[in-house]
Amino acid sequence: MLTSIREIGPSPPLDAVMLEARAAGFAKRSLKKAAKLAAIDLAIRCIDLTTLEGRDSPGRVRSLCAKAVAPAPGAPSVAAVCVYPNLVATAKEALAGSGVKVASVATAFPSGLSTLDVKLRDTQAALDAGADEIDMVIDRGAFLAGDEQTVFAEVAAVKRVCGDVHVKAILETGELGSYDAIRRASDIALEAGADTIKTSTGKIGTNATLPTALAMAEAIRAFERRTGERRGLKVAGGVRNTKLAIAYLVLIDEVLGDAWLSPDYFRIGASALLDDLLLQREKEATGRYGSFDYVSKD
Amino acid sequence: MGLAYAPSLESTPVEIAPRYEHFIGGKWVPSEDGATFPTIDPATEETLADVAVGTPADVDRAVRAARKAYEKYWKPMKPADRAKYVYRIARAITERSRELAVLETKNGGKPIKESRDFDVVQAAAHFFYYAGWADKLDWALRAGRTAAPLGVVGAIVPWNFPLLMAAWKIAPAIAAGNTIVLKPAETTPLTALALAKICEEADLPPGVVNIVTGDGLAGAALTAHPGVDKLAFTGSTEVGKIIARTIAGSNKRLTLELGGKAANIVFADAPLDQAIEGIVSGIYFNQGHVCCAGSRLLVQENVHDEVVERLRERIETLRIGNPLDKNTDIGAINSRAQLDKIRALVKSGIEEGATYVEQQCALPERGFFHRASFFTGVSQTHRIAREEIFGPVLSILTFRTADEAIEKANNTPYGLSAGVWTDKGAKSMYVAQRLRAGVVWCSTFNQFDPSSPFGGYRESGFGREGGVAGLLPYLE
Repeated sequence: MLTSIREIGPSPPLDAVMLEARAAGFAKRSLKKAAKLAAIDLAIRCIDLTTLEGRDSPGRVRSLCAKAVAPAPGAPSVAAVCVYPNLVATAKEALAGSGVKVASVATAFPSGLSTLDVKLRDTQAALDAGADEIDMVIDRGAFLAGDEQTVFAEVAAVKRVCGDVHVKAILETGELGSYDAIRRASDIALEAGADTIKTSTGKIGTNATLPTALAMAEAIRAFERRTGERRGLKVAGGVRNTKLAIAYLVLIDEVLGDAWLSPDYFRIGASALLDDLLLQREKEATGRYGSFDYVSKD
Repeated sequence: MGLAYAPSLESTPVEIAPRYEHFIGGKWVPSEDGATFPTIDPATEETLADVAVGTPADVDRAVRAARKAYEKYWKPMKPADRAKYVYRIARAITERSRELAVLETKNGGKPIKESRDFDVVQAAAHFFYYAGWADKLDWALRAGRTAAPLGVVGAIVPWNFPLLMAAWKIAPAIAAGNTIVLKPAETTPLTALALAKICEEADLPPGVVNIVTGDGLAGAALTAHPGVDKLAFTGSTEVGKIIARTIAGSNKRLTLELGGKAANIVFADAPLDQAIEGIVSGIYFNQGHVCCAGSRLLVQENVHDEVVERLRERIETLRIGNPLDKNTDIGAINSRAQLDKIRALVKSGIEEGATYVEQQCALPERGFFHRASFFTGVSQTHRIAREEIFGPVLSILTFRTADEAIEKANNTPYGLSAGVWTDKGAKSMYVAQRLRAGVVWCSTFNQFDPSSPFGGYRESGFGREGGVAGLLPYLE
């Protein structure tokens, strides 16, 4: 483990034209029938079913947890439920024995603009309540000001507090301004010990995009080549339908390979996506398009 | 578990008649002697249709029909009205795009993904672009000059982009007020004939566009015909030279778009993950049947091993197989003869001591297929570094400095295209200015637009297609 930003070499440059061309290619892959059904179930298993609103209540979280465990008859459970720290205990109780994990946002989510002390206590509170995974945010202000050491040190500090608990570092790519910056932030977070790098908070206009995810996947691939360690990717926000979810699975398959096609290394942070996946799943199984009336609204 | 991409076949039906005749003077007419030849699907080796074999008499008939249409309809017509016809053709191509894509893929072997997203789209774009020029021709010239058409154009096009190359010739020729006789390639006549059908349905005056199918004999007759005012040829450098010799001393104008052996230059400071994408699209697009393919990879020696390793991994994700499958990246080689030529050159590369690497995958049992492959350890002296392979086979060479890269890139009788990959703008410009190639792509490859001129230096030909420059060869 590196201890300082100075030990990380320069990150390679990226170029938008071919990056975006390659990303567009993933959406052109066409999966049908059994292949599509398998992809839909895999996508469901990779979902972090998320609710991050000011009006989240224990009742709302319990209801979402029930859906996370059994989204529809025959459908697999999702990977995790993602909530604010104060609702972790509620989610933990509702998901007990189900195998579905509880993820908590932390570190002054979504802006990440607080003192390190507050961020670490925020994280500790989520851990104390039983969180299995921590979705932290990096300090974009520091990153854009050129203070990479602060970004690096904060991720490392959060990982230290978490120990074996899985840490996802949210880069909030929509605020970073370029693919080069996204690659740089990815490299810093990975070197600082983040288990997974995650695109966005879902709280700003620009969410995950295929080219952004590709830039981050290239960083994960390079990290694995360099260190032999496999790290994960989470795309969050804007993944609303089955077609797009499958395009991300294709990206993971073709850029990172089979080994990453599991909830251990790939997650989709979403809420509305699950309903569309269930609808498409029903369609593939029965040959008929169903109605959202038959999909539970949670 | 991996993702399984079950076959996902393009299902748009396309009507293929059992027999096709020439399209001359607005009518479908058989060959003088009634002879036909079969045209096949290179992915299945099955016959799709029988097509008329053009004779010198057929060519003569077509040139006369074009002359008559030129004098009677096309020359006297108001330019704005000519534009309407060209727009109509463009719209019809767009409306029937999926059908044309399927036909192109069946007859030529290219993946449906490419015929659908590239060939047909670009063909329509060329007609739209030149339709806009039809009533503004004087503006293509220097101020104070007046543009006039040349008369009858003879065009001979290759099999790698059958519909698109037909569009590259027909669109500027007729928008400029000429009439045209086009001979499609022997192995891929069907989309040109579908385009003739579109012209017929667009009520284009009879004889403005004529299609004579057949082999080299028809091409030779068209080349030598005294009634042709201008020849436009796209194809091999070998045939281009014969054409130039044939018409020497005649009054015919000529443009040639011939072969290439483009250098794709990758510097150590390039965005390498993206450069890999450019290398892949540069050589494996359309099975490498591309005159401007980036078939010589010049990679800076200090990143050679890394680039080769990444390319080796990347080609494993390319899917080769049924061209009608939407997931296919590499389709069928166009013909048995071309597959034999590619294999012969691969053999020569191995014999000359280069190291051959190809993707590990099964090939379909029928049809003409060749795996995505590359050679490392290639020297400038090897045949695979000098001759156009016209297949999915890349030759990788190394260089140490920018000037050495430029020297190696220019060390070829060709000069159609080149690519430069570096993160430094100034270096990119320095190299691009010194490359003797008609098109230089910086940090990308194989980008086309009807407004952008395309053409070669030296033995890659002369004259430009696309843009204003592409209009001038069709104007007096």
